[in-house]
Amino acid sequence: MARSKELVPGVGRLSRSQVAARRGLYKGLKKSDKPAVETPAETVEKAVGGEKNGGKRLVPTTKAPRYYPAEDVRQPKKSRKSPKPASLRSTITPGTVLILLAGRFRGKRVVFLKQLESGLLLVTGPYKINGVPLRRVNQAYVIATSTKLDLEGAVDEKFNDAYFTKAATKGSRSAEEEFFEDGKPKAKEALPESRTADQKEVDKVVLAAVKKTENLNKYLKSSWGLSKGQFPHQLVF
Amino acid sequence: MTESNFKRFVEVGRVVLLKTGPYAGKVAIIAEIIDHNRAIIDGPTTSVPRQSYPYKHLTLTPIKLVGIPRGAGTGAIRKVAEKEAVSEKWEKSAWAQKRAAIEKRRSLNDFGRFSVLLAKKQRRDLVRKAVFKAKKA
Repeated sequence: MARSKELVPGVGRLSRSQVAARRGLYKGLKKSDKPAVETPAETVEKAVGGEKNGGKRLVPTTKAPRYYPAEDVRQPKKSRKSPKPASLRSTITPGTVLILLAGRFRGKRVVFLKQLESGLLLVTGPYKINGVPLRRVNQAYVIATSTKLDLEGAVDEKFNDAYFTKAATKGSRSAEEEFFEDGKPKAKEALPESRTADQKEVDKVVLAAVKKTENLNKYLKSSWGLSKGQFPHQLVF
Repeated sequence: MTESNFKRFVEVGRVVLLKTGPYAGKVAIIAEIIDHNRAIIDGPTTSVPRQSYPYKHLTLTPIKLVGIPRGAGTGAIRKVAEKEAVSEKWEKSAWAQKRAAIEKRRSLNDFGRFSVLLAKKQRRDLVRKAVFKAKKA
């Protein structure tokens, strides 16, 4: 039944009487005149050559497939679930200092700017302090500290997931082509100037906030690690 | 009679530190000894209610109150404890101060720990310079 959403295959959410109540058949059958849709003809008469072929024949408009499975195959149940973007941890707010735990910048302390639509966190070093650029990180690989910067103004809307995705290259390229040119390794592509300008623009606010607290600059510059006898679950961040 | 090597005894009036339970870390006073396992303790000045407590979960401190009769009530103990300023005596002791320092350090956040690191570095630098100067002279 469409009304009684299936909890598990074969078991509906509603009981038989509940379904009956919802269908409302006691009110009488619903009558609605649908506009008549002209169904295209299933067969077409075609002229056939040859004497003994009767001259014409009814031919189906759509040819039946030549293959069919010899045994019935059960259709797997289609999942109608779709992943939701991750909800932000309550300890992470714009301006929170985060410790990165994975990736190229693991151990670095960075500043959280905002959560993107995909659920990833937009962070910045700031680049001038610890060399971490504007970057997206998964909050699962991050420790949130209780240190917070007072950031003024929201981050520009242009920093979204699309900003960070690379343009897809069309067609297949060989690995040789990708990394070498005339038998030599390819020169590195320079970072577009717009990127460095964006970085500076975003960091300006963050750097101003860092200046307000003593030693915060050094704090962000240093990297985090565990020493002997320290366990992350016993530490206060 | 030969002198005993022991300095602290389980006795009425002995100030004890609680090691476990909801009042862990607080001090109380032994009011009455129940048996060789438990004693009645009371801490009217440290908000520890009168209760029996196993010695296993107590540590004896060097502080002792004199003039408390056996099985004295909370009121009598409070009077003596306030007169002798037990809480202040305990808090001033090196033991209590070290405990407080450890507690404080443990509750610091990441930035706090980093600030301590910086401060220690600075202190080290000052000491090193002073020692160098003193050696030269």
